[in-house]
Amino acid sequence: MSAVLDPHGHGAADHGHDDHHGAPHGWKRWVYATNHKDIGTLYLLFAFTMFIIGGILALLIRAELFQPGLQLVNPELFNQFTTMHGLIMVFGAIMPAFVGFANWMIPLQIGAADMAFARMNNFSFWLMIPAALMLSGSFFMAGGAPAAGWTLYAPLTLQMGPSMDAAIFALHILGASSIMGSINIIVTILNMRAPGMTLMKMPLFVWTWLITAYLLIAVMPVLAGAITMTLTDRHFGTTFFNPAAGGDPVMYQHIFWFFGHPEVYIMILPAFGIVSQIVPAFSRKKLFGYASMVYATSSIAILSFIVWAHHMYTTGMPVTGQLFFMYATMLISIPTGVKVFNWIATMWRGSMSFETPMLFAVGFIFVFTMGGFTGLILSMAPIDLQLQDGYYVVAHFHYVLVAGSLFAMFAGYYYWAPKWTGVMYNETRGKIHFWWTLISFNVTFFPMHFLGLAGMPRRYADYPMQFADFNALASVGGFAFGIAQVYFFLFIVLPTMRGKGEPAPQRPWEGAEGLEWEVPSPAPFHTFETPPKLNKDATRIVA
Amino acid sequence: MMNHLLKKLDTALLAIAAYGATAAWAVNDLPGGPAVRQLNLHPPVTKIAEEQVWLHWFMMIICTVIFVAVFGVMFYSIWKHRKSVGHKAANFHESVKVEIAWTVIPFVIVILMALPATKAVVASKDTSNADLTIKATGYQWKWGYDYINGEGEGIGFVSTLDNAQREMSNSGKPEPTDDYLLKVDNPLVVPVGKKIRIITTSNDVIHSFAVNSFGIKQDAIPGFVRDTWFRAEKTGDFHGQCQELCGKEHAYMPIHVKVVTAEEYTAWVAVENKKLAAKQDDPTKVWTLAELTQKGEKIYTANCQVCHQVSGKGAGPIKPLDGAAVVLDADFTKVIKVLLNGQNNAMPAWKQLSDSEIAAVISFTKNNWSNKTGQMVQPADVHAAR
Repeated sequence: MSAVLDPHGHGAADHGHDDHHGAPHGWKRWVYATNHKDIGTLYLLFAFTMFIIGGILALLIRAELFQPGLQLVNPELFNQFTTMHGLIMVFGAIMPAFVGFANWMIPLQIGAADMAFARMNNFSFWLMIPAALMLSGSFFMAGGAPAAGWTLYAPLTLQMGPSMDAAIFALHILGASSIMGSINIIVTILNMRAPGMTLMKMPLFVWTWLITAYLLIAVMPVLAGAITMTLTDRHFGTTFFNPAAGGDPVMYQHIFWFFGHPEVYIMILPAFGIVSQIVPAFSRKKLFGYASMVYATSSIAILSFIVWAHHMYTTGMPVTGQLFFMYATMLISIPTGVKVFNWIATMWRGSMSFETPMLFAVGFIFVFTMGGFTGLILSMAPIDLQLQDGYYVVAHFHYVLVAGSLFAMFAGYYYWAPKWTGVMYNETRGKIHFWWTLISFNVTFFPMHFLGLAGMPRRYADYPMQFADFNALASVGGFAFGIAQVYFFLFIVLPTMRGKGEPAPQRPWEGAEGLEWEVPSPAPFHTFETPPKLNKDATRIVA
Repeated sequence: MMNHLLKKLDTALLAIAAYGATAAWAVNDLPGGPAVRQLNLHPPVTKIAEEQVWLHWFMMIICTVIFVAVFGVMFYSIWKHRKSVGHKAANFHESVKVEIAWTVIPFVIVILMALPATKAVVASKDTSNADLTIKATGYQWKWGYDYINGEGEGIGFVSTLDNAQREMSNSGKPEPTDDYLLKVDNPLVVPVGKKIRIITTSNDVIHSFAVNSFGIKQDAIPGFVRDTWFRAEKTGDFHGQCQELCGKEHAYMPIHVKVVTAEEYTAWVAVENKKLAAKQDDPTKVWTLAELTQKGEKIYTANCQVCHQVSGKGAGPIKPLDGAAVVLDADFTKVIKVLLNGQNNAMPAWKQLSDSEIAAVISFTKNNWSNKTGQMVQPADVHAAR
């Protein structure tokens, strides 16, 4: 058997003897990285950096909105902030972070030695650096960053300065990177599972990523098409979206949201996967309804292709169109509900303990479900006429993207970081991070529901004074939330990366199941070089 | 110790209450617009809005019941089924019956939700048999209203945010104002109890025409015409704001609808028609320079100042007019063209202004600040260039 299973486990500093073509050192280790663990780490660090940049933009927005009147920025710069906050968080933070989790965990969870295409893996990471530089650097171009909203609606994009082209190019590159990453993930999952790891025995994180990767391949080219048409409209005399020459600006919205809605699920399905790993582990009980979880995830993915125009109720669709998209959207609540019920049934009559990963997972279920309900309310076209393009929508998608995706990633970090670094994080600090994040999140975003109901439009640099108090409250909450994340990095992540903390056992969580817990902590540079023999459930290595 | 803490908490609560009270004292609820710390939708003024408020309550109640039930179970489980209280894990992990139940029951609930929503969608889409049809055109950044059909046909005007409020916003310290960013020069006037069809379109980018109290929101899309309708059941002033990101002044193009009685509306139409007749340009009239610059200054303040500034120096990407070659040029055909057609995507087209208005504003810029050319442009020149 390979040294991976060496019961003496050598720790991070010394995995010498099985590294005959072992870990390179210095900058070459990262620039030439082909190891899935190193690339996973790169992705996660990159995503966190972008999360901080996007977060600073969010706090600038909140600072301006603290009081009525323009105190800090002019409306043009404000629009640049909202646009870039959205683009950076979606394409720079959430998506790459999940790819980082996929790189680290998928090979470990299916018993593969590495990702299928190791060099393409390197390429898809390093492509993101110039794209991110170009995107963030657009602030320094003539006329500033794009200011047309992250949705980049035509024909406003046709009025933007040269930074619009930089952003389009950056999105093209990020899209190419995503597609390569997805191909890699699909091929790895379909071809490199250890013998005995059948599809219906795969951990749910692997399942959700398999489905997500297909979604990505299906819709990233659609986004590329939409922004390429914008680009040719801007420079090469085409008139896809330019009404002055017979183009149709609403067609842009249809194409964009055909990408945009599946994109929403791209950002949440891996989160479902992470939570589905953590809830059973800390309930010390098997996941309830494994098969129905897989089917529910697939149904959500399929439905995501036929609901896009619920983002466009106010564009003026025919009545049949509105009804179709309303019904289809409401249907999505059913498989999503099934997932929530399954998680709670998993917890039911378990033997639960509440370490930080479980806290974030339960926090996810609770707060994400609130976002789910506001989504159901927004799906009703008549109510949406009141709320579309207002703060209720802002509240809704932050409940599902921050309390959803981000909370799940925090849960995943606390759950798997002992495996990554070989040391336990500080549990007290983890709990402080959780409660601080949960409370400040709700202080920031809950008042936005009221603002939206009262009619405050989104992307406004200044607002009627009746909205002042809730805006002030949201700004205070926003800054508290931001500080919590700096605390997380400085006092929780950094110490574990430096190897400070209790040494992590191979299986730090009593109820955790899966192949990642069959290798030592920290996971050696190379794992599963020869395919492991698995037990009947494919959760343990035998022999 | 406990006492001390309680005392501190008391003072803190008092301070918060005092802050809340002063805020409430400074700004009041705006009838037909937002209320201070408003928690729910606007009080409805149309049947459609009433339906929306009802639907929202209906959804809120169903969602809250489900939420409490589901998370009641979860928190009960969290309380009882903990390792720390010695609970041993059960072994079940599958039940097809349960899965079917919690797929079918939500499906039935969703259908129950969809039924009343369908009714409301169909009603809100029926724009037929309108008593009055008004076209609302979005401009960067103001609304143009044209009465197309019905009583008042032919009336048309532009509605812009009060310039003093725009400047208050820039100052960073706006005075407490109840209708802050909601006050316009010319509100849209409509009669009560009549079916009003609003046709939306746009001159540049996508805007959105919305009035919360009426429960309407309709994007105004360049090159396309869309419609919506309302029948206000109460007189009064009702406010909305542009709802689709339309560039830098997005937050500064409010909508103000004044709902009046049938008699008041007829009187208003008569006054507007008189104004319209007076405004009619006599193409043969030759204006004096003083007349032109006087009128031009008003046009400049209402339309140009937002970007080009009071100083005429522009700001950032906005070009200055003070000392600009194209303004000083004795050949005015170029500058007329810029005003009629816009320039470089940055300067919008102003062809909606009348010949005399364009002539006046050009004459004003040619003779203001350091521009002392003495040149003028006559409405006839603009007419010729159209």
